Amino acid sequence: MTGWALLTVGVAAVLSVPFVAAPYYALLMLPFMAYAVVLLGLNLLFGYTGLVSFGHALFVGLGAYTGAVLTTHTSVRSMEVILVAAALVGAAVAAPVGLLCVRHVKIYFGMLTLAFGMVFYTFLLKFYRLTGGDEGMRILRPSLLGQSLEAMPKTDYLVVPYYYYAFAVLAVLTIAMWRIVHSPFGLCLRAVRDNPAKAEALGLGVTRYRWYSFVISAVYAAVGGALLGPPIGNVDPTLAYWTHSGNIVFMTLLGGFAHFFGPVLGAFVFIFLQDSVMSVVPYWRLVFGAILAILVIFAPGGLMGLLARARPRAALRR
Amino acid sequence: MTGTLVSIALSGVFHAAILFLVAAGLQVVFGVQRIFNLACGSFYALGAYAGVSAVAAFTAAGGPPALFLVPLAVAGLVAGLAGVAVERGLLRFVYDRDESFQLLLTFAVVLMMEDLIRMTWGTAPRSTGGLYLVYGQARLLGATVPVYNLIVIAASLAIALGIGWFLARTAFGRIMRATADNREMAEALGVDLRALHLRVFALGTALGTLGGALVIPATAAMSEMGIELIVEAFAVVVIGGLGSMRGAFVGALVVGVLRALAIAFYPELEMLLIYLIVIAVLLLRPRGLFGSVAA
Repeated sequence: MTGWALLTVGVAAVLSVPFVAAPYYALLMLPFMAYAVVLLGLNLLFGYTGLVSFGHALFVGLGAYTGAVLTTHTSVRSMEVILVAAALVGAAVAAPVGLLCVRHVKIYFGMLTLAFGMVFYTFLLKFYRLTGGDEGMRILRPSLLGQSLEAMPKTDYLVVPYYYYAFAVLAVLTIAMWRIVHSPFGLCLRAVRDNPAKAEALGLGVTRYRWYSFVISAVYAAVGGALLGPPIGNVDPTLAYWTHSGNIVFMTLLGGFAHFFGPVLGAFVFIFLQDSVMSVVPYWRLVFGAILAILVIFAPGGLMGLLARARPRAALRR
Repeated sequence: MTGTLVSIALSGVFHAAILFLVAAGLQVVFGVQRIFNLACGSFYALGAYAGVSAVAAFTAAGGPPALFLVPLAVAGLVAGLAGVAVERGLLRFVYDRDESFQLLLTFAVVLMMEDLIRMTWGTAPRSTGGLYLVYGQARLLGATVPVYNLIVIAASLAIALGIGWFLARTAFGRIMRATADNREMAEALGVDLRALHLRVFALGTALGTLGGALVIPATAAMSEMGIELIVEAFAVVVIGGLGSMRGAFVGALVVGVLRALAIAFYPELEMLLIYLIVIAVLLLRPRGLFGSVAA
């Protein structure tokens, strides 16, 4: 029950942000929601299937660039079309890439994903006619549900209509992911993670399940990337760089990969902590590197793991 | 035409000489400790900055320009001590963990070192000024090459031979190979793993920092140089085979020379070609050209 209460409070808080908080915070919530979508997907692969991808930024970049290419090179402005296109492009790229990557596990899987991520990064950097090279591309303002909102000032557009639009997308995808991990399919993924030999003996195609997980997580990353595009306004190749992949894995670990909502919490804490650290000192990497090191050494379960550890103790005290 | 080709090849070999040092550091650590050290690029950057500072101090103190190689190499080796701090302070806590966590911990070191370097040396690129051409240029088969490049290539070759001799002929080298081969057996035979881990990591770090120090007369030190180099070093060890010294040597030559050729003839391909080779190797022959680790 406390879980549901916390979730309700969290959702109410997120919904009220545009009305109660300064627009600045509402604007910070946009990347949070986009990364929450990315991380829900990544955690299907990392937390539930046990594969650590060091190239997931490829799909984030793919989604963001899909939006940019559609709005600048074609007359498409509809956000719905962009999201669907990003999902399709993500799946189309992830299907063959995943087929090759899931043949390996552990460090070799990590290295393959990293290599594919760098291939895409180099492609974005060098084929500037299509991608704008290192300067990237602008994303023109998408219309939402058929409503062209060109006349609105940029902040008003992002803080109210785009905010709730992104929230709705996040909500739908969260429910979908909840259904996925709590279905028999989700159980199969966990069996593949915990004991691949036994899963294979029980008749599960281990490689096939890893591949499904890879493609679904890539689709989430691409949709998250497409959501990230309009708030940042300009997409550039660093979105697909390997350090960005590392940061995404970091966010998942920060929140806790063993819990369904861990990655969402991780994205939230990462974005807001990065903002507050950067308002004091420019060296956020030093602070975050230290946090990551402490997490890995002392609390590999992340924030959710710490909360779970703290809760029974609190109950005992009472 | 031969002149151009020779000069392209030589610039590739120069890059390969530097890459080999960093990749050798990566291999030593992976071979013995089974940790893929993402921070080897950061150590390379640290060595570069330490080298710039040492050379600047040397020149300011009135040292003869022709001897700048001495403070440069010393600074590169001394900066390797950073590895001791990283191993004792962080890595030793995670030796029994899953390798993804070890990888993430080295990523944490990448993040921290990038900012520590910015805090210490600022964000502007730093160079050693005109010292690059202090030894003049040599003419070789119609190509003009800075003599400094030839010195670095020779030094890297000497180090490669030195490592080969060290691994094959010294007691410590044999212990390293034995531990890489079978850690439990080595420990059962009385190898002090604690001391071994520390020495191996320090050695790996010093190879990286030395590589960084040796490159800066040719290019300026920049805070991003580390994270850019790690992906090249990564390509080198994958092509050569994880944990193999011979692999690092051949892999560095392949990456260095192919990159130089691509830049000269079809710049769009530059690293793209290298990554495609990496993927092909990982798929067709995951243990690389010389590796013995099975996928």
